Order: sequence, then C-alpha cells, then structure tokens
Amino acid sequence: MLERLRYRLRYISGTDIALWIVAALLLTMIVVGSYNILTEGRYTGRQWLDFVISGLAQGSIYALIALGYTMVYGILFMINFAHGEVFMSGPFTAYFLAEYLKQKGMFQSHPLLALLLVMLLSMLVSTVIAVSLERLAYRPLRGAPRLVPLITAIGASFFLQYTFRGLYTPGFKAYPEVEPLKGTWVFFPNSLHLEIERMLIAVFVSSVLLLILLYAFVQFTKTGRAIRAVAEDQQAAALMGVDVDHTISVTFAVGGAAAGAAGVFYALMFRQVNYFMGFFPGLKAFTAAVLGGIGNLPGAMLGGLFLGVFESVGPSLFLEGLGVPAAYQLKDAIAFTMLVLFLIFRPTGILGERLAKRA
Amino acid sequence: MAYFEVRDLHVYYGAIHALKGISLRVEEGEIVTLIGANGAGKTTTLRAISGLVRPRSGQILFEGEDLLRYKPHEIVTQKRVIHVPEGRRVFARMTVEENLYMGAFTRTDRDKVEEDLERVYQLFPRLKERRRQLAGTLSGGEQQMLAIGRGLMAAPRLLLMDEPSMGLAPILVESIFETIQEINKQGTTILLVEQNAHMALQIAHRGYVLRTGEIVLHDTAENLRANEMVQKTYLGMA
Repeated sequence: MLERLRYRLRYISGTDIALWIVAALLLTMIVVGSYNILTEGRYTGRQWLDFVISGLAQGSIYALIALGYTMVYGILFMINFAHGEVFMSGPFTAYFLAEYLKQKGMFQSHPLLALLLVMLLSMLVSTVIAVSLERLAYRPLRGAPRLVPLITAIGASFFLQYTFRGLYTPGFKAYPEVEPLKGTWVFFPNSLHLEIERMLIAVFVSSVLLLILLYAFVQFTKTGRAIRAVAEDQQAAALMGVDVDHTISVTFAVGGAAAGAAGVFYALMFRQVNYFMGFFPGLKAFTAAVLGGIGNLPGAMLGGLFLGVFESVGPSLFLEGLGVPAAYQLKDAIAFTMLVLFLIFRPTGILGERLAKRA
Repeated sequence: MAYFEVRDLHVYYGAIHALKGISLRVEEGEIVTLIGANGAGKTTTLRAISGLVRPRSGQILFEGEDLLRYKPHEIVTQKRVIHVPEGRRVFARMTVEENLYMGAFTRTDRDKVEEDLERVYQLFPRLKERRRQLAGTLSGGEQQMLAIGRGLMAAPRLLLMDEPSMGLAPILVESIFETIQEINKQGTTILLVEQNAHMALQIAHRGYVLRTGEIVLHDTAENLRANEMVQKTYLGMA
C-alpha cells in the first residue's frame, strides 16, 4: 500500500500539482459560493426548480445536437465542426415556411399541424446539408491525415454560415408563436401547484422522445447494426457485406435530422433565427458530447442534459454566492470551463469511452 | 472453367511489389491451402480477392466472372465469397449473437439464416453458451470460433480463411482444424491461408507454396508433405 503510494508519487510532475491546485480552487469556489447562496436563501425552492426545468429543456436540445457530433466521431474519428451550421440550416430555411403558414392562417387554425410541417422541412433541410457535406467535403479526404478533415470542417462551417447569410439576409427573423404552447400548465393544483411553462415541457418531452427513437434505431434496426459495425471496424463491416460509404451517409443523415429537429425547438424557445445561431449551440453540444464521452451515444444524451442543467443552475448557485454581478451572463464561461476541466481530468467523459481508440 | 481462379495477380503497396503474378485455382468442394512464411503475400492475396486491396493487374474469376469490378460489400452480397480475416476482427461491442447476425447481414432468406445459426451453434457449442456475452470478453479461441461462425452465417460459396490458428493454444488449433474439415465436408469450398503448414497440409486437398510474392510450388497436399523443400522450410524437419 505505502509502496504503491510512493511509486505513484514519484511520477507526479509540477504540471500535475498546478492542475490539481486549480481544480481544488475551483471546487472551493463552487462549495463556498453554493453555501453562501443557500444559507442566504435568495432563491426559493420553486425558483431552483425552474432553473432545473429550463436547464433540462435546453439540455435536451444540446443532447439532440450532440448526437450528431458523437455519431460522426464514432464512425470517422473526426469532429464535424460544421455541425452547428447543419443545426442552423434547417430552422432558418423552415422559418420561411412558418412565415408563409402564418400568413395563410394555418398557425392560427391548425397550430400543431403547422408546427409539424415546419419541423419536417427543417429536419429535411438539415439532413440534406449534412449528407452533402459528407459527400462533397469529407468523403474525398477519407484517407487523409486527421487534421485535414478537421480544418475542412471549420472551412465548411464558415462557408455554410455565409452562404445562408447571403441567401436569407443577415438579420434576425422572429419565429411565429404557437398558441397551444403559450402560457403554463399546472401540475398537482391541489397539493404542490407545480406551474411549468408549456414550451419547456413540449421541448423536453419531444426531444427525449426523439432521443429514445434514435437510440432504438441505432440499437435495434438493421441499419443501426450496420452503423455500429462500421464504427467498430470499417473493413470487417465491409467483409460482412455492409456498404460502408452508404452507412456513413446514413450516419450523417441521422445526425442531421436530429439537429434539424433541435433547431426548431431552439427557434421556438428563443423565438428567433439567424445565420449565426448554430455557433454557440454547436460548441455547447460539442462540449456535451465530450462530457458524455465522445463516440458514446447515451453519453452524448446524458452530457447534453447535464450541461443544460449545470449552466442553468450554476451561475445562480455558485457565482452569485461569491458576489459576482450579473452571474447569469457567465453561463457560457461555466460551460466551457467545464469542457476544459473535463479534457484535463477526465478526457474519457462521464461514461468513460476511450477518446483515441485507434490512431 | 475453374470454380474459382486467380490469374497473374500483381499487387503493389506504393513501390513495393507485394504479389508478383500469382495464379491459383480452387475447385468446388475443395480445401486448398496457401502456405508460406511471414510477409510472403498470403494475406495480401486474400485481401485482393475480397476487394480490400486493388491489384495493379490480373484477374480474379469466380465461376468465370471477374470480381475486380465489384466493391468489397458487393463481392459478399452478389458472389458470397466470404473472408474470415486475420486476427478475427469480431465486433467487440456487440454480443456473440449480434456478431453472428452481422455475418448474415445481407441475407434475406430468414428461415435459412435461423437454420445456419443452429448449425453454427452445433459446430461451436461454446458460442451458444455465450451468445448474450459481448464478443470483446471472449477468449482468443472463442473469438476465432466466432469469426468462423460469422463467416458461415453468410452462406459462403467460397470461404477465405486467414490464419485461423494464429495465437491459439496447440490443443485448440487441433480442434479448429477439425472443425474446418467438418465445414468442408458439409459442402463449403475453402481457401485456407496458414503459417502452420503442418496442420494445413493435413486437412487440405491441394496446396500452394508462396515465397516473396510468387508461387514456387503447387501440388496435392500429400505430395507437398513429402516434398523435401517443404519439409525443410515449412514443416521444420531436418
């Protein structure tokens, strides 16, 4: 026991010590801040619950986007940095359908049907963009060193942003409101009187349903089995008669469809779309994928929900207690600090998939 | 017309001339073995047949049709030429049974697939015991059984096997070779690549000896066993 400890101590470097000090400091900050705010009683239990619920809704959107990152990584070992733009392309295009349906009065007469149409168009556009991206930008570079597709992805990201900026003009566009999703629903009116915004519930529930659906698709269908086989060993999959190129296309399509759906949820929650809307959710979802363990499907879902709640509760919980003004604006800083910490201390993510299985 | 025939096959890896005009043939119902030392080109030959490497020139004829115009997955779906690769390459994160069904991935004859599953379980009862287990947790021998079983699930018309004995304990090697012979008796044509020439020549009908990308000898297994050069170089007899 003592022997082993001495052995391990010998291999601790100065950098390790510095990193552990940073981690300890951050942890102290979190504990002290949380303690202050909780003893102070600035927020009621209900308000904390609100933070958690909006965090879950936001997190389920991250989870849907993160799915695309993690599936593509699982199969090609590349980070598709243009995935945020895949997410943007759907709802931005579907905005025009939404606007048209609103003018025709369909959003007023059949709001849910109209929403469904918008949703389908958004998913379709995102899917087409994702698949074309793979076909045109990534497939020709399949054999290249890993840095090459990565840089290409960043280029493709800018290309898509400015293409859509040129196509649809740079301004913000307001998504129509959906009448049945306005206001709140009250649960247990006699005892708890839990009042929750309808939109959050709708977004959370439909996202989770979609996540389950996609997971089942990968786990239980024949195509899903092909995806998993290609992710494990492309050549062995080809020897089973799996069409590898086609399977990679399908993977991009699934990720694209999920991102397109997430985009509509995002547009409904924040009521606006523009060409830059994919940047931050894209980075956040990437963070979520890393948190969960990139390449790992349930991990991406878990990571998304975790990140959503963390950045929703975090600012009020441990920054306000330290006297940081306007703590809520620092939620992005919290999210990315967490990314860095995870990459340093647990690069395998929560669910522990090895990051670089094969070089 | 031969059942399966390779004619004057040349493969290059960059500037390296890996196969220098290989020709061989396999008749229906045979076990033909390809023996040779490390780096002689045995694996490359199989990889060329299943489409994983593109030959520079030559022909690979299955029932008279050239396989070179097919992609790897088409060789499986259209010709049922099945390659059990070196190092087993089972899908570690899938269960044993999922792996076996991957072997039957492109088949549509469901009833026959279930029959073949039963047949594989009969050949390898161990796999049946472990069918819900992840393939990554199997021992090397069990993984080799799984890799062969997975190949059989594709209903092969020609089974290419690459070093099925590699890394196995001697007692397992023997039983694997017995099973290969059994598979052949049940009607599957086999092209077997082996470093373990001793075992391979015991079960094969004919054999080819490969040295640095060329076939240097070709005869019946019996004659090869009696051949002085083969005895010296590959069977370790003085």
